[in-house]
Amino acid sequence: MGVCFACAGPQSPRTCVPPPAGPVDTQVPEPDVVVVGAGPGGLAAAVAAGGAGSPVAGGRLGARAGGAARLAARHPLIDRARAHPRVTFLQRHEVWSAAPGLVLRAGDRTLRPRAVVLATGGYDRVVPFPGWDLPGVVTAGGAQALAKERGIPIGRRVLVAGTGPFLLAVAASLRAVGAEVVAVVEASRLSRWLRHPRAIVGSPGRLVEAARYLRGTALWPGQRVAAVERYGSGLRALVSPMDRWVEVDAVCVGHGFTPSIELAVALGCDTRTDPRDGSLVVTVDDAQRSTVPGVLVAGEATGVGGAALAMAEGAIAGLAAAHHIGLVDDRALAGGSAPHRRRRARRLRFADALHAVYPAPDAVPPDETVLCRCERVTVGRARADVLRYGIDDVRALKLLTRVGMGMCQGRMCGRTALALLRAETGQAPDPVAFARRPFAFPVPLGTLADGGDDLA
Amino acid sequence: MVDVAVVGAGIVGAACALACARRGLSVVVLERGGLVAGTTGSGEGNLLVSDKPPGPELGLALLSLRLWREWAPELGEIELERKGGLIVTRSAAALPALSATAREQAAAGVVAEELDASAVREREPAIAPDVAGGVYYPQDMQVQPARAAAAMLAAARDLGARVLLRTPAVAVRPDGVDTPSSSVTARWVVNAAGAWAGSLGTALPVAPRRGFVMVTEPVGRLIRHKVYSAEYLDNVASDAASLQTSTVVEGTPAGTVLIGATRELVGFDPAPSHDAVRALARGAIALFPALASARAIRVYRGYRPFAPDHLPLIGPDPRVPSLLHAHGHEGAGIGLAPATGHLIAQSVVGERPDLDLAPFDPARF
Repeated sequence: MGVCFACAGPQSPRTCVPPPAGPVDTQVPEPDVVVVGAGPGGLAAAVAAGGAGSPVAGGRLGARAGGAARLAARHPLIDRARAHPRVTFLQRHEVWSAAPGLVLRAGDRTLRPRAVVLATGGYDRVVPFPGWDLPGVVTAGGAQALAKERGIPIGRRVLVAGTGPFLLAVAASLRAVGAEVVAVVEASRLSRWLRHPRAIVGSPGRLVEAARYLRGTALWPGQRVAAVERYGSGLRALVSPMDRWVEVDAVCVGHGFTPSIELAVALGCDTRTDPRDGSLVVTVDDAQRSTVPGVLVAGEATGVGGAALAMAEGAIAGLAAAHHIGLVDDRALAGGSAPHRRRRARRLRFADALHAVYPAPDAVPPDETVLCRCERVTVGRARADVLRYGIDDVRALKLLTRVGMGMCQGRMCGRTALALLRAETGQAPDPVAFARRPFAFPVPLGTLADGGDDLA
Repeated sequence: MVDVAVVGAGIVGAACALACARRGLSVVVLERGGLVAGTTGSGEGNLLVSDKPPGPELGLALLSLRLWREWAPELGEIELERKGGLIVTRSAAALPALSATAREQAAAGVVAEELDASAVREREPAIAPDVAGGVYYPQDMQVQPARAAAAMLAAARDLGARVLLRTPAVAVRPDGVDTPSSSVTARWVVNAAGAWAGSLGTALPVAPRRGFVMVTEPVGRLIRHKVYSAEYLDNVASDAASLQTSTVVEGTPAGTVLIGATRELVGFDPAPSHDAVRALARGAIALFPALASARAIRVYRGYRPFAPDHLPLIGPDPRVPSLLHAHGHEGAGIGLAPATGHLIAQSVVGERPDLDLAPFDPARF
């Protein structure tokens, strides 16, 4: 997974921010293709580009190979990528910055490949509600990481809430490490599935998987967590509209995913708003090529769609990278990517249906809600500044209210801040302003100071 | 017809608008970009006397510090902090020159306290062990510049001023300014366009001097004052076009640390500069070794309005008498804004200015 910052609040431990970069392996030769991200999309891209004859270096952006989808440690794709003679995994090479001209900074090293595949994934989206900043309220992905990687349940009694099928997987992971999942609170009514019979017929395995995940756990569709507050030594959550308070130790929230696109933006790639869920994504063509020659993008960064779609896109992007540097011709690109394109089309149909069944909420929460957790700014406070100062764009909003200026650089609050601006000004602000982040994640000054004098 | 059309809604334009509006003048502000879109939004918010040798700019700074304190209560939460400045040096050989400057400044009304190495460490416990000494300037202050400018504009608006964002002024006439789609008739035009002051059709030697500021994650109260290395004084006064770096480090109320300052005369070049980032990181660690493990979360760029003799241009245009200039403050614009606005308002109403404007006369170029 990318860097989710989900738990980067003042009181919570961080489960996913990469460790500070240390000494790097300088034996690695200059690769022709660099794949950023070692999730399903990145691994598929590395294998495809390597198979086409290109020396490939795969740098991880997140905490581990396998990505947000958390492929099992023995997934054949990981083994294939590791065993591939032309694929090198760069340890401690988190790519923290990129610049036009395909310049990547990884650890204290500068990489100048001929092609880059960005498979940077996404991180949990949370629509703020009163109490979402309390200790014990975490993202669904954060809770799942804790459960699957460390075997630790986030609480004894847990509520999983938000929208999307990912919540079911999280509930299953929590149960597997001994948590009692009181219920999965699902905003969608789910009856919308009836409008997408083709998607169900096309991917029956998915429904079986969902049913297996849910076994033994209550599902409350058409409901949402409206507020969480401290209660005794734990928490209680107000589930609405059923209007019921539920006592728990932890609440795990996820409203889909936000694509990680800052490296693509830094490299100069065009973006667009995905009409299905409102996310800002990188614009790509049929071969996963961005608008910058030599920059290929696969997976959630081009539109949220899950691991299987990312793998298909990654395979195409890997071939397109090899094509860009002249290792395969037009015909080989078309022929080699044909099966992946068919897989991609099928997975896209299913992803479209998921977006339709689990629409992404975009409302502005009540005034008392903390909007920016890092800087502790409430919706009401931000709204008052917007009105007092006449704020009508993202830059002014950040500078004047501090929303999006903290540790997460707007990753968690950006979408809601845009909704607030839209509501108060009646105009759509430029969403790219929240995706311009010169540092893809926080970098120790020591690392910045150590860089070689290689860039005139 | 308005009394005053102010071009530029940065801190200087905002101060001019507020000072004029307070005197009952009708004011319209024209801004080419959005709110705090230019240099004001990229600055650290320094209100300094410490970096100014005796002379006209120091006089302007002392007047401005007084006005900052007077204006602040009406401006609301602008994070005005009397944190004090600390100039340090790691070279014992540089200490006599620092002391000499401090004594000259003291004669001109600046409070300056010379410190030996242990006194520096008492004020800044995390400072590098090899610091030889320094000078403490308790009058130095800091403000959150974006909020200060926006608050001044809002206060001017309360007094009837109009602020037109995304409305560039493209030409000055004797009776007003033209925008791409219309014109504004005004008795006076104030050019407060900062680094863009030269784009109004008048030939001026103002150029953008690029700078980067890096911001760390919150680190608590590691750094208590604005701390900068003695070579900062030389870099500010320099005319070199290439990248110059002198370390300026300070904590903010939000707990983050701001790290400056680079200076380059490279035009309006928006490209990221890894050289600048590396130089800032190295400089900060040299002054505060503990910062090596602090993580940078953001770096941003701004363009200081640079005038060749390092003095702002304040006063009437030599060819168009109804045009008043108020720009060229380089990196000191936040600090000097209230005095500039005040002096412009005095010029507009024909009052004798509180400060001799001759050194700032735009006709000198």
